[in-house]
Amino acid sequence: MMAIHIHPLERKWLFVIAVIILLTWVVQLYYALNKSTHPPSNVEVIDSVRLHLNDGIGGGEFAETNLGVKRDKNGQLRVTMVAARYSFYPQEIVLPLGESITFRFASFDVLHGLHVPFSNLNSMVVPGYISEVTTEFTREGEFPILCNEYCGTAHAFMYGKIKIVAKEKFKL
Amino acid sequence: MAAIESDVSAIIQSNAQESEHISTAKKLGLWNMWVAFTAFIIALPMGLYQVAERSDLFPALESAQVYYASISTHGVLMAYVFSTFFIMGFGYHTAGYSLQQKLWSTKFAWSGFIIALFGVVLAAIPLLTGNASVMYTFYPPEVGHPIFYIGATLLIVGSWFWSVDMIVAMTQWKKANPGKVVPLVMFGVTINALLWLWTSAGVAAEVVFQIIPVTLGLTETFDPGLARTLFSWTLHAIVYFWLFPAYIVMYSIMPKEAGGKLFSDEMGRVAFVMLFIFSVPIGFHHLYMDPQQAAGWKLLHMFGTFMVAVPTLITGFTILATLEISGRLRGGKGLLGWVSRIKWDNPVVLGTALAMLMLTVGGWGGVINASYSMNSLIHNTQWVPGHFHLIYGGTTVIMYFAVAYWLWPKIIGRALYSNKMALIQLWSWFFGMWITTAPWHILGLLGQPRRVNTLPYDTAIAALWDPYEMVMLAGSLLLTVSGFLFIINLVMTHLNTRKQDDMSVTYAVAVHQPMHVPKLLNSLSFWNWAMLCYMIISYGYPIIQFAFIGTPQSTPWSY
Ligand code: HEM
Ligand SMILES: [Cu+2]
Ligand SMILES: [Cu+2]
Repeated sequence: MMAIHIHPLERKWLFVIAVIILLTWVVQLYYALNKSTHPPSNVEVIDSVRLHLNDGIGGGEFAETNLGVKRDKNGQLRVTMVAARYSFYPQEIVLPLGESITFRFASFDVLHGLHVPFSNLNSMVVPGYISEVTTEFTREGEFPILCNEYCGTAHAFMYGKIKIVAKEKFKL
Repeated sequence: MAAIESDVSAIIQSNAQESEHISTAKKLGLWNMWVAFTAFIIALPMGLYQVAERSDLFPALESAQVYYASISTHGVLMAYVFSTFFIMGFGYHTAGYSLQQKLWSTKFAWSGFIIALFGVVLAAIPLLTGNASVMYTFYPPEVGHPIFYIGATLLIVGSWFWSVDMIVAMTQWKKANPGKVVPLVMFGVTINALLWLWTSAGVAAEVVFQIIPVTLGLTETFDPGLARTLFSWTLHAIVYFWLFPAYIVMYSIMPKEAGGKLFSDEMGRVAFVMLFIFSVPIGFHHLYMDPQQAAGWKLLHMFGTFMVAVPTLITGFTILATLEISGRLRGGKGLLGWVSRIKWDNPVVLGTALAMLMLTVGGWGGVINASYSMNSLIHNTQWVPGHFHLIYGGTTVIMYFAVAYWLWPKIIGRALYSNKMALIQLWSWFFGMWITTAPWHILGLLGQPRRVNTLPYDTAIAALWDPYEMVMLAGSLLLTVSGFLFIINLVMTHLNTRKQDDMSVTYAVAVHQPMHVPKLLNSLSFWNWAMLCYMIISYGYPIIQFAFIGTPQSTPWSY
């Protein structure tokens, strides 16, 4: 193997680069493993065409009567929502501040996305798949829940509302 | 275009004694680059219109139909047409001059050009008539007119002709010059051609096997999760395909223009090889927020994503050192005295410095995009177009301008119409980019989603956005004026009666110009195999999984 010519100063710089990259990796891994801020990665399929029916994959999880905010038997808050041109259903929900909440989204038609500004609730909603995200809110107030992926010419009009209230004021 | 035609024939006549490979390089270079800059100047005012429409400040402009037709066209022209033709033109020119040998088939090269151009014209019809308002990312299950996809495919196929040409050229040269070092500039161009073959395979598979069959009614359904996975294969490395020529120019053309020498030829090769191997197998940072891929794969791609920072950090060091050498050779003393001695009145030198400044800031933004969890704060917000306008529209495109200022006189034999105008143009593009993209990033942090033509949200948040829209508008105006200054300078150069004196095209030499380099830095075959292995690891299972997870397929939708 032929050696290549590297200036001593550049050698030092290469060392600095290695440290920067390693540090970045460590920080990333630390937050991924310890703070459990995971993007939706559940690889769970559903039939978007029959989302509203009680048969088929999903067993009616996204049927109209099952949408909204619920507490499961372990006490965990769960929000089930449908994204469809051009809104989120239910269109308005109320949630408590500072409590872990699991969201499950499915699309009725095309690709959508959703984002609640000033929070890390952000997800793609891909037809054929369920997106699950667990997070908590750190700011009280009324926020839009915005579609953030082009889904047709009225994409800008696709939004719902999410109201974050103090834990004591939250009732199911 | 008439002016160009007469210039092309003038080249042929006046250079009857000029060798054939040089006139081919000039002609292919000029035609490809004129297509590129024509696409650019058509798309540019669309950007200005989009910023104005979106701001809700001009009620007369409001139209979702026109807006989405416009951003689809602007995106396709800027991302696919402008970049690809520029890169092809630069590549043909470089192959002719750096290798000093004939292209193996001129007919083949022109066939590729014509196929690609025909594809662009085809795709433009549905785009401009609002029949393909699916954005440059055209994610299923929404689909546009089949002609759009067929045109786009032809553009890619045409560009593959170019890739083959570059690879064959380097291979032939190595045969004819055993043991010699491939010139750094051509090593870069060829590795970028190979990068493009790898990169474009993902989107080509998506369009040919999933989208076109559905739009033609041959199949009825497809899986949007698979489509997004295949598109991510292309979406990251394509930005390196665009950026590559900018780096090549900094390493191989800038040092000489600056009146100095390249700090290190070998580190340039190392950076090029790294850009190749690290940029393709990491596309999942575009899928962090997607449900169809599991967390482990996303983490794996996250690690790889940070590795692409390495060649960029190496480049930053080498280019800064090169600028310092040039400043000191020109009499600069002391810790920073060399800065003022740099040839700031040379467009290539100035372009390099401005590009580096934009890259440094844009790169930090990229770190946030690439972060496994921080990404959720900005994913699909206006931060994202803010980011890529700064790095692509800023860093990369400013180098395309610089190349044009350097090349045009040497191709057509007429002096640049105005160097002063060129410098003003580069500075105004630089400031225009800051004024446009800084508020654009902030809008993203304030939660504004991307790809919206109006801001109807009835909450207090929307009111926060207004002042930033105004600043963006001012920046966009400046950019538009700057873009036209560029085109005017080129056209006036064609009309210039002053002859260009210095017609020589030579490339930078390094402080230690290597007589030999290790085989790994002089050949592509090892890296090609390495890429295959890395791609199987990072994309193998994530693609194969779609064969057995049993996704209920989607039917196509209009928009
Ligand atoms: C006057 C200068 C420019 C202005 C004002 C401008 C403005 C815009 C706007 C407003 C959008 C739509 C963003 C959205 O709604 O999410 C856009 C999209 C885009 N621009 Fe520009 N642009 C300019 C120049 C450029 C340049 C020089 C390039 C690259 C060479 C470029 C590449 C793109 C691409 C690829 C898209 C598609 C984004 C998407 O589909 O989300 N633009 N531009
Ligand atoms: Cu939408
Ligand atoms: Cu990327």
